[in-house]
Amino acid sequence: MSKQVVQLSRVIIRFAGDSGDGMQLTGDQFTSRTAWFGNDVATLPDFPAEIRAPAGTIPGVSAFQLHFADHDITTAGDTPNVLVAMNPAALKANMRDLPRGADIIVNTDEFTPRNLAKVGYAASPVDDGSLESYSVHPIPLTSLTVEALRSFDITKKEAERAKNMFALGLLSWLYHRPTEGTLTFLKQKFAKKPQILAANIAAFEAGWSFGETTEDFSVQYEVQPAPMLAGRYRNIHGNLALSYGLIAAAQRAELPLFLGSYPITPASDILHELSKHKKFDVMTFQAEDEIAGVGSAIGAAYGGMLAVTTTSGPGVALKSEAIGLAVSLELPLVIVDVQRGGPSTGLPTKTEQADLLQAMFGRNGEAPVPIVAPRSPGDCFDAAIEAVRIATTYRTPVFLLSDGYVANGSEPWRIPDVDSLPDLRVAFATEHNHTNDDGSTEFWPFQRDPETLARPWAVPGTKGLEHRIGGIEKADGIGNISYDPDNHDRMTRLRQAKVDGITVPDLEVADPDGDARVLMLGWGSTYGPINAACEIARRSGVSVAQAHLRHLNPFPANTAEVLRRYDKVVIPEMNLGQLALLIRGRYLVDAISYNQVRGLPFKGEELAGVIKDVVASV
Amino acid sequence: MKQSAKDFKTDQEVRWCPGCGDYAILAGVQSFMPELGLAKENIVWISGIGCSSRFPYYMNTFGMHSIHGRAPAIASGLAITRPDLSVWVVTGDGDALSIGGNHLIHALRRNVNLKILLFNNRIYGLTKGQYSPTSEVGKVTKSTPMGSLDHPFNPVSLAIGAEASFVARTIDSDRKHLTETLRRAALHEGTALVEIYQNCNIFNDGAWDPLKDSEHRDSLMFRLEDGQPITLVDGSRGVVRAANGSLEIADVAEVGIESVLVHDSRNPDPAVAFALSHLSDSVTLADTPIGVFRDVPRASYDSAFHAQIESAKAGGRGDLGSLLAGNDTWEIA
Repeated sequence: MSKQVVQLSRVIIRFAGDSGDGMQLTGDQFTSRTAWFGNDVATLPDFPAEIRAPAGTIPGVSAFQLHFADHDITTAGDTPNVLVAMNPAALKANMRDLPRGADIIVNTDEFTPRNLAKVGYAASPVDDGSLESYSVHPIPLTSLTVEALRSFDITKKEAERAKNMFALGLLSWLYHRPTEGTLTFLKQKFAKKPQILAANIAAFEAGWSFGETTEDFSVQYEVQPAPMLAGRYRNIHGNLALSYGLIAAAQRAELPLFLGSYPITPASDILHELSKHKKFDVMTFQAEDEIAGVGSAIGAAYGGMLAVTTTSGPGVALKSEAIGLAVSLELPLVIVDVQRGGPSTGLPTKTEQADLLQAMFGRNGEAPVPIVAPRSPGDCFDAAIEAVRIATTYRTPVFLLSDGYVANGSEPWRIPDVDSLPDLRVAFATEHNHTNDDGSTEFWPFQRDPETLARPWAVPGTKGLEHRIGGIEKADGIGNISYDPDNHDRMTRLRQAKVDGITVPDLEVADPDGDARVLMLGWGSTYGPINAACEIARRSGVSVAQAHLRHLNPFPANTAEVLRRYDKVVIPEMNLGQLALLIRGRYLVDAISYNQVRGLPFKGEELAGVIKDVVASV
Repeated sequence: MKQSAKDFKTDQEVRWCPGCGDYAILAGVQSFMPELGLAKENIVWISGIGCSSRFPYYMNTFGMHSIHGRAPAIASGLAITRPDLSVWVVTGDGDALSIGGNHLIHALRRNVNLKILLFNNRIYGLTKGQYSPTSEVGKVTKSTPMGSLDHPFNPVSLAIGAEASFVARTIDSDRKHLTETLRRAALHEGTALVEIYQNCNIFNDGAWDPLKDSEHRDSLMFRLEDGQPITLVDGSRGVVRAANGSLEIADVAEVGIESVLVHDSRNPDPAVAFALSHLSDSVTLADTPIGVFRDVPRASYDSAFHAQIESAKAGGRGDLGSLLAGNDTWEIA
């Protein structure tokens, strides 16, 4: 039976259910197939911090939104076209984001009086007419799945658990997704449980057939592949791309990679990933706490490893003193901060950009640390390589400021050619670098490279270079303890000058109309929403320019010049104005700060409204 | 070229207070270092913060004076990644047991190849005289004018409780015993904790005097020697099994030397070593054992760590191109 096929240019689907319903896995699989099919994709997983919050409650709802299109997209989308609600809580929690006319697929088996009462529905919204302006598809997903799996030798509970695969099968049919990859994925996941494997495949196929045969869906949709740069692609999450970036950088530096880390959401996946890759000379050490994570990394850096520590905001707070030590010792170190909502424990699984000033200033004394921030999941790879380049070239700790949105989001990623990656090889010091008046020579650990101001990286085991370093102020050059006032003033300025002098690429501006008077300036994961907003504004005839900072310390050399070109500069941030504070302080530009700290990325439409208002006021 | 203590001295002026016990330990360590038979560049001293932590500046090897309490963590990162080095940690009772307690116990349980020298003077010296985690209850200091309330740690008991595979105690002024203890520690695979009773002559002078005074020390101190009955140096009293299973001290003349426990630092069961560490009176120092309490074989963390890496590499080294590509790709022309 063939149904009418409607062509769409983009679709936003949100899968929502209980934390245990497998929504993240379902979303991930749909994403992989969609990326593989050639659409551009962006995703937003949104899950609670509790592993299993009470079943059927709003706090327990786990959601996964994906946006796919036949053109280049940069966000997971503002409002879903389709909501898959596995229970009443999932429906209730997501209704306010749904535009009228959206499709809602509800699992009616879960719409029991008890479950409805749990979230405060007096009657089922599926039946009481309150969803009249939506296109509701009531489907008994659980019982259909159990029915389809009746012949399998598995428990009822196991059968019920496969309902997410039924839903995935249905959605895959509805949007013409290829099925092969999902089957391969299931085969790998359940390789050791053949019964469960067969059941999941059967549930997936039952969902697909249900779509084909039911009269509830009269049309099927197609979204054609998006034109993208030629090349080989894969789908990638931010934390994975960041892990790969670190491995690639270590390989290009020809150094072993050492990660000292303590588990923390949402950074732990980097520890998990790197621990799998020992054959790339990757050493991972799960330390006893955050301080030992960075401490062990400092020890490894001293020993000549490419050293990394990974954490989130609360962990950075604990590591601060040790990061100051790394500044003082002038050793290469990458500190990855996957930011989450704060302060304190805050919102562990939600995103925020509120650690910028902590990264910039969160240490005692004058302790400058370079900062690099990725703009998208795939960009985490390049940003990690850039952080390593700065750390090893300038012998300095470097912050890599990711966040929950880019870390857990995914997108199609053009796989880079290994030979095109930068050469990051470093030279350890091997000989004396100072000649005394009497002609004798010595090793001076704080004798700087005149160009980069970097000190030598002299690793233990190098004959003749025995030396002592520490957190006490050191005499310029020779490196002995020094309490001399002028020396401290000089060393403080030298450390600052070294960071200020880091070469970073110029800030690029996109202004396709060429006559914009308003600049949208962002950093980190807000790139997608700001980009979407600029496109929306431009489509409605409003000129706007966009620039996005990857380097937050130092800023690109042309930043001042770029800022002065525009009448107004708007800085949207998922904090209360941290970049804006830096820009205002540094450049004396009266930037307009637009802020939200809702644990979620900005919506493109909303930022487009901001653009229109500001442009109208110029 | 044959090394001597002189080879391990630096040109830096030693800045401990005149009369500080640290001088004796430094001299003892410097004269012991040639015994390691290692080139100077393969030895690293790492310290935290405190008077003792200035130690690396005076050792002509590689060294790092780090931050308060963190030396075991930093040294672990170095020792794990550079098994070719001999890594030594210098710390004090405040640095190791107060601010850095967590790192110390975890280093000990992991058994990373580190030799940790804990200078115990029962006082905070660098901050000018507050009580420390090893100070006796009732200690009157600047921060405890009516006497301290905290029950002290016994570093040896703590280390044994933390699964340490090597734990010893020695005294700053006893060069011979100090050297013997360092020798045993250096030979041990894994973490070795050596507590060194050290005198702070400015803020806690004489803290260990009963054990140094030649008139009384032999009746106060046990010297633990493998294969020898555990008796006070003067032989008058010895350690025996009590009826309740714990240890007690009895007159040797009364119970007979054959009833006295024979020391065995290699005993896999830590119970006896722990009980020995608890014999002494923390105020009078009566019945204080010195020597190696525990020295048992256990694979070091770093050797197991590198064995895993080697086993992962045995299947061939990683190929970056195939890693980045993964196994689910598509081509766009």
